[in-house]
Amino acid sequence: MGRISAWLERSHRGRMVADFFSSWTATFGFIVLLIVVILAVFAPFVTPQNPYDLTQIDVLDSRLAPGSESSSGDLTYWLGTDGQGRDLYSAIVYGLRISLLVGVGSALISAVLGSVIGLFSAYVGGKVDALIMRVVDLMLAFPTILMALLILAYIGKGVTNVILTLVVLEWAYYARTARGQALVESQREYVESVRGQAIPRWRILLGHILPNCMPPLLVVATLQVGRAITLEATLSFLGLGVPITEPSLGLLISNGYQYLLSNEFWISFFPGLALLLTIVAINLVGDQLRDVLNPRLQK
Amino acid sequence: MAAWLFHRIGQACLVMFAMSLIVFFGLHAIGNPVDILISEDMNQEERAEAIAKLGLDQPLTHQYVAFVKGAATGNLGKSFVYGIDAVELIFQRLPATVELAVVALLIAIVVGVPLGLFAGLKPDNWFSKLSMAGSILGFSLPVFWLGLMFIMVFSVQLGWLPASGRGETRELFGIAWSWLTANGWRHLILPAITLALFKISLVMRLTRAGVREIVHQDHVRFAKAKGLSSVRVVVRHVLRNTMIPLVTVLGLELGSTIAYAVVTETIFSWPGAGKLILDSINSLDRPVVVAYLLVVVFIFVTLNLIVDVLYKLLDPRVRLQGAK
Repeated sequence: MGRISAWLERSHRGRMVADFFSSWTATFGFIVLLIVVILAVFAPFVTPQNPYDLTQIDVLDSRLAPGSESSSGDLTYWLGTDGQGRDLYSAIVYGLRISLLVGVGSALISAVLGSVIGLFSAYVGGKVDALIMRVVDLMLAFPTILMALLILAYIGKGVTNVILTLVVLEWAYYARTARGQALVESQREYVESVRGQAIPRWRILLGHILPNCMPPLLVVATLQVGRAITLEATLSFLGLGVPITEPSLGLLISNGYQYLLSNEFWISFFPGLALLLTIVAINLVGDQLRDVLNPRLQK
Repeated sequence: MAAWLFHRIGQACLVMFAMSLIVFFGLHAIGNPVDILISEDMNQEERAEAIAKLGLDQPLTHQYVAFVKGAATGNLGKSFVYGIDAVELIFQRLPATVELAVVALLIAIVVGVPLGLFAGLKPDNWFSKLSMAGSILGFSLPVFWLGLMFIMVFSVQLGWLPASGRGETRELFGIAWSWLTANGWRHLILPAITLALFKISLVMRLTRAGVREIVHQDHVRFAKAKGLSSVRVVVRHVLRNTMIPLVTVLGLELGSTIAYAVVTETIFSWPGAGKLILDSINSLDRPVVVAYLLVVVFIFVTLNLIVDVLYKLLDPRVRLQGAK
């Protein structure tokens, strides 16, 4: 313990970690996020039933209220069952998997793609830079949901297609952030000093400027994961997202829609609650990261 | 100013042209509307006649040229499904969407500005902290789920408010509005709050950030030192200066609220333009989709322009920069 607290006090990284956890809400967000990720990764080991395996599902058990026993008597459905007789808790954990896969996958790909485009834009400058930034402005100005609906209508449903759509819609955020940061960093003294050493420009860009662009990109990426998950859920709800065979949280909510009017609230309620908790956790962590990583806000 | 305005309008036309091109050819690639629109028991001749009537027998490039020619005169083609003018169809539905968006935005201002003002003036008060934490919740809530939960609580459980439709409408300037009747208001309130929640958080945070920045500025301290009452200082000196960024963001938000109404309208079966576009995408009704997107881009660009002009008029500092 002594060594850990010494690290937290002395090293730069340690101080950042300590700063991060100094906020009660951020710590809460971090713990929730950790639980969500563990549940999603180890889904088969933490759920009583595989909701995709039809042999494990009993249609007689459909639409049971939370806390009901299964008809075979060996299982308690703590969160109830859905229209097909799936244990809702298991379905939520497996749904989290799809939602996180889509959110993290699209954020990673668009982060890499967007950063490359942004850095390239800053590196070349001139007319190419102006053109790229005009395209970025256009992408950011247009309502995301309408573009997503159109692209998905064009390429069809599916997890890969949803990720692809989100990448198309989100790279512009990273491109703008990376370009802006790269332009700021390239004015700094440390870059001046390497310039004097006759190192090729692309090596300065990748070796010196890029690492210093990482903090803001990380913040954008964290918040974008939340946005991507929400957008995926919305698209699936509207029937244009993931297919029925791979239900994400959004699709689970959508499936519960038809039972809502007959007062069977849990089929929509619990998946939504899981979605809400995940996104709140991501936003709390993202907000705190922004404060910790921004040197201007530090006292 | 005139040159700047001219430049901006040219840019807007370019965006709309690019948009129409992408959507026109994109939708063609998705599928052939003929398959959906023409019933199977038609014979070969009837089919050919129906296709020719829709202009779908021409090569795609010809169809596009015909579309652009029509668009120049304000005619964006007839809906394949409804058989009436696409623009007319959209403008029949648009008032319902605009009504919803405007009411949502008003709710956001009425609730968000006071909360943000309080949080900005007294940042350490427990209520401020609570409302700021609440704003994160507002940002995170999936809109469609919130709508469903509202229906469950207020329509199914309590039976207070209706879950779908516009209710009674009354005509004003030849357009049917829900906000003119009590029954219409009862239908309006749930979808409007659903759509407003995200904006309440946004307005709250913007107001708070603006207030926090302004209270420490010299002119506010001077006003206090002069012995003005604190209400007067807040209203005349703090709130007025906070309004500038708020007007900018809200102007732009109105456009995106209209676009995002797709989700809310679907949940509450609100017969607006959002629901129309979703149905039209599904039935490959190309003229309606293209026309709707052009209308939305037009609204966006116009709002953008109005906001920029307003900004220049409201803030003398920006005006000076523009004159350089």
